[in-house]
Amino acid sequence: MNLSFLRLSVWIYLAIFFAYLLGPLVIMAVTAFNSPSFPSATPWECLTFEWFSALFQDTRILNGIKNSIIIGAGTVVLSVLMGLAGALMLTQIWPKLRATYYTVIIAPILIPGVVLGISTLVFWDRINRMVGLGPDSVLSSGLFLTILGQSTFIASYCMLVLVARLQRYDTALTEAALDLGATHAQAFRKVLLPFMRPAIASAAVLAFLASFENYNTTTFTFGEYPTLTIELAQKVRYGISPAISALAFIIVILTVFAALTNEAAIRRRELVAAARREATVAELSGGGVKLPGFLSGNAAAGLLVALAIATIVVVGTATVYSPDQCITDIREQKRIEADLRAEELRRKRDEERKLKAAEEPAPAAPTGTGTSSGSFGGVFDPNALQNAPAAPEAEANPPAGNNSGFGGVFDPNALKGTDN
Amino acid sequence: MSAGVGVDLENLWIRFGDFVAVRDANVNIKGGDFFSFLGPSGCGKTTILRAVSGFLDPSEGNVLIGGKNMKGVGPNKRPTALIFQNLALFPLMKVWENIAFSMEIKGASAAERRKRADELLEMIALEGQGDKLPSELSGGQRQRVAIARALCAEPHVLLLDEPLSALDLKLRQHMRTELREIQQRVGITFIYITHDQGEALTMSDSIAVMRAGVIDQIGDGKTIYNDPATPFAASFVGENNVFRGKVKQVSGDRVLVQSNRSGELLARVSTANVGKMKEGDSAMIFIRPEALELAKTGTEGDHYVSARVVNEEFEGNVFNIFMEGDGGKEIKVSLPNHGQSFDSHKGETMTLRYDVKNAVAMPAGVLATE
Repeated sequence: MNLSFLRLSVWIYLAIFFAYLLGPLVIMAVTAFNSPSFPSATPWECLTFEWFSALFQDTRILNGIKNSIIIGAGTVVLSVLMGLAGALMLTQIWPKLRATYYTVIIAPILIPGVVLGISTLVFWDRINRMVGLGPDSVLSSGLFLTILGQSTFIASYCMLVLVARLQRYDTALTEAALDLGATHAQAFRKVLLPFMRPAIASAAVLAFLASFENYNTTTFTFGEYPTLTIELAQKVRYGISPAISALAFIIVILTVFAALTNEAAIRRRELVAAARREATVAELSGGGVKLPGFLSGNAAAGLLVALAIATIVVVGTATVYSPDQCITDIREQKRIEADLRAEELRRKRDEERKLKAAEEPAPAAPTGTGTSSGSFGGVFDPNALQNAPAAPEAEANPPAGNNSGFGGVFDPNALKGTDN
Repeated sequence: MSAGVGVDLENLWIRFGDFVAVRDANVNIKGGDFFSFLGPSGCGKTTILRAVSGFLDPSEGNVLIGGKNMKGVGPNKRPTALIFQNLALFPLMKVWENIAFSMEIKGASAAERRKRADELLEMIALEGQGDKLPSELSGGQRQRVAIARALCAEPHVLLLDEPLSALDLKLRQHMRTELREIQQRVGITFIYITHDQGEALTMSDSIAVMRAGVIDQIGDGKTIYNDPATPFAASFVGENNVFRGKVKQVSGDRVLVQSNRSGELLARVSTANVGKMKEGDSAMIFIRPEALELAKTGTEGDHYVSARVVNEEFEGNVFNIFMEGDGGKEIKVSLPNHGQSFDSHKGETMTLRYDVKNAVAMPAGVLATE
């Protein structure tokens, strides 16, 4: 009883935790497929893919993506090179200086990106002027400045990743290569670099992602090359559209895809290694090792294939599916609903008017006619009915709009009045 | 395979700051020899090896390989190949790529490299294992791959830095014989670093015993074992019983020592110390456990030692008897097991006999610490 309660609360906690983590993404993904032009998940109206086509027709977004990719590639190259140089330096430097050097190299991570952005801009502007180049030179180009500005701190991230791998490197391997006749360059290229390859790949991915999502440094340096984040920020300022949800959805799917691919590849490598270990010499040399298939014992690969199939199905549906009918239906339905509401309001107003009309003559009767023949205040007086409308009739038009809570929006007379 | 060339160390000094790792080493290694540096860890033997392979510049003195001074020649230009203590096989290359690495450096084609690697794999009895990764091999196999990789570079001198220390006992003994066979087959000079006297004695043509940066003695295994030059060499190589005392009388290479506990003992002055001992000097006499025999009780004289038995143990091939000795150390006697019956003598005083030629005397000095 107690145990099951504990287990239940753990499950509830996990559910809340994942809802917190993934909930916004799910909601956002739903809005990308819903037809209202303000991103919303409820009420669900029509399944639509128009936001995706709207996204691909938005030249600013596309241009932003292009710039982001160019800048990302540049940052990857620069940061990984600088990070590798820094990491090699750090592992080979005189031990007493190591701590100081480490602090200096790591400092850019701790400095706010805004400061890095401004300083990059100011610094290169000075350089540009000192060299005597104009405002449209390479040194003041947005691409150049953004790559440089981002690399100042992304290189430090790369260095941390590379140092972790380099610390596990046995320097005896380099010595062995030298001893066997290799030059220092050959030892680096043939022994150290292959060893560092996985870390270099990780550092490159990290650098690209950090560059792609960067906003606060880029915002000072982008010049004429706004990146995707800059474009999104500017778009949101003027109002949000589900096209942005569509973009976010694509990014999420690509991320999941990449993660699954990576996972499947790792799992496959493990399986192959295991198969090789069990293989006999004859099998190995004869090439007769039975290697496991891509999908066997590989859950990640299975998910990957499922995701790929799902993507194909969705894209396929999108090309043939047309939400026009649904959208017209919804529009029709909305119109009917609006009409019904208007009708209802009109009826309510008529009733009120009738009520008013019935009440108004009552106080007027004693003064106007003077015939108070009954306790009902002349309500049932036939004369009252005849005379009463005459008095309000004269001033019917001006106050007509004030007698409903909607400020006369649904008043047919109001419409007429504006038409005139 | 290239013939071995000699290696000479001339007045070699290597210092790290204030620390002297190697002190005035002078060694002549003949071409084609299996030469061992034997010493406890931290005695500077690996430092010498690094100086020969070129990873370290001597502070003073010269390294000559094949008569050529190696000053300023980098490790990749020397005719040496080093087998590292941890082997340093390239973990991401297949076995055959590891072996043929030195050819890859020179730009040999893949087919050529593969052919050579297969030849060497056959030599080290690992046919068909070329496509594995080093991590997929056992310790002994990796050991042999490291040797093949070094031999593929066709060095004139092969340097081995305690290559067997990571292996288990059985494999180590097997690899000893194998290494010696490989050396005799390829005929190049091997310089071997070890702290294991068994390895040094079984494999080497010549051994240099090192202590704290100083080479105490150079000689073949028999000389080192039977005729040690210093108390350190006597006590580090093999087991030895030490008797301390004062020189009472010297005549030629015989010396009579008044020992601290065991009376007067007659001994032979070790070859390196003939003429260096005079009356009144403190001296040490070393007698191996297997050079002592049980004698009838009551006999006395120069060739006998008497002591009380404190412990006995049976080791299989020998019975060991431990007796009260000098300076807190026990005297160990090993009696070969011929199947004879053995009665316990614990607590009794027994007399031991030795041959004078097996008792080696020398001026007192530093012993190896166990």
